[in-house]
Amino acid sequence: MIELVNINKTFGDNHVLKNINTKFEKGRVNLIIGQSGSGKSVLTKCIVGLHQPDTGEILYDARNFTTMDRREKVDIRRKIGMLFQGSALFDSLTVEENVMFPLTMFTNMTKKERLDRVNFCLDRVNLSGRNKLYPAECSGGMQKRIAIARAIAMNPEYLFCDEPNSGLDPQTAIVIDNLIQELTYEYNITTVVITHDMNSVIEIGDHILFIHQGNNWWEGNKKDILTTDNQEILDFVYASDFMKEIRSHLTK
Amino acid sequence: MLGLLQNIGKYMLMLWVVFSKPEKWGVFRRRLFDEIELIGLNSIPIVGLMSFFMGAVIALQTASNMDSPWLPEYTIGYITRSSTILEFSPTIISLILAGKVGSNVASEIGTMKSSEQIDALEVMGVNSLSYLILPKVMGAVFFFPVLIIFSMGLSLVGGWVSLLLSGLASTETYVYGIRSWFNFSDITYALTKTVVFAFLIVSIASFYGYYTKSGAVDVGKSATRAVVSASIAILIANFFLTQMILL
Repeated sequence: MIELVNINKTFGDNHVLKNINTKFEKGRVNLIIGQSGSGKSVLTKCIVGLHQPDTGEILYDARNFTTMDRREKVDIRRKIGMLFQGSALFDSLTVEENVMFPLTMFTNMTKKERLDRVNFCLDRVNLSGRNKLYPAECSGGMQKRIAIARAIAMNPEYLFCDEPNSGLDPQTAIVIDNLIQELTYEYNITTVVITHDMNSVIEIGDHILFIHQGNNWWEGNKKDILTTDNQEILDFVYASDFMKEIRSHLTK
Repeated sequence: MLGLLQNIGKYMLMLWVVFSKPEKWGVFRRRLFDEIELIGLNSIPIVGLMSFFMGAVIALQTASNMDSPWLPEYTIGYITRSSTILEFSPTIISLILAGKVGSNVASEIGTMKSSEQIDALEVMGVNSLSYLILPKVMGAVFFFPVLIIFSMGLSLVGGWVSLLLSGLASTETYVYGIRSWFNFSDITYALTKTVVFAFLIVSIASFYGYYTKSGAVDVGKSATRAVVSASIAILIANFFLTQMILL
């Protein structure tokens, strides 16, 4: 479980995160949603340690990440898998080398054991046999799946996904969503997904945190979000006329 | 001025982290050989071409400017050797490498930064500064001296070919000039400078690459800043090293 306690973050005069408190439970898909510039990515970067919050505590299974030294943080980070918005695959490495990278860096596995693990992870994301391709030779959806394979290679306890569906067609987006959900339940991972995709919200949102102007504005699950009266979240979720019409049918 | 001091402080802090123990020596060794190939071996053609013609021009200039009958013909070989070993090979070739290698390193690391690959390394728990920059710095420090020795040899060959083709001096007198008053400490001086220049080129380029903000425009700006700053640093370091070692 990851717990955030009174997280504040400012950049100059811009107070990006204001007293964020929440809990991301194990074995659940936790979503962070909100408008562009609302502070979602900053919050996620604070959680994984790419930004240091000004005040507050980030607790990984009750261990305070914010006060740890670099070596202790590395211990936690080795339990983290992260899928970046642009996949962040290493261009100069093949698919196989990308997935094998954390295994090579942090384990004493033999070459065969590492290769077996890579093949297992690639099989898990339906990319068997694509070992020798380079990221540039793969489509956007494939790159996301390779990044997921790399993220799960070390059997992470925590999985972070920054807009996993951005730039993907609706069908591929569903494949990625389902994959994230399956992995979360199968390996009992604490998963945190930043998304703008309302389909993801309704499909996989076990716990949803809505960030508005840097505040923890609303929390609930995929059922609550369909029936909430919170105006800001209604404006966000039901932004288009089509969604407004769906909402009117739901509330009838 | 304040910005410059801040950058120098940031650069020093970066070096402190870069020179920490690699996560895995096996991975470091592989990365080192890759970098030696990328930074060093791939620079051989440009260094060879530049050195050959540089030596040829030095020899021709010296020969054509020797009006005094009191100056013996072998002076051409002596001056070509001295200027090549003391300044042209270590300094001019390093300036060229600052352009070629510096822009390559800054844009490679800058692109990794803007495409979140460096964030990915950090989230995995990898010391990205050490993982990315240390093999580049060590690769350059080990291999640039080899390039400069190669450059010295080819410059002297270039000088010989130009004199042979122009008929301004004989092979015997040119070789005699090259061998006259040879002092091995000149080579040590040149290679010492080369090691310092190699370190400056790659570390400065890595610094600008690593602290690229985001986007293609910033990557381009970082590459330009890296080349300009590394070139200035080479010129300043050359001045001080010459004073320290030769005087």
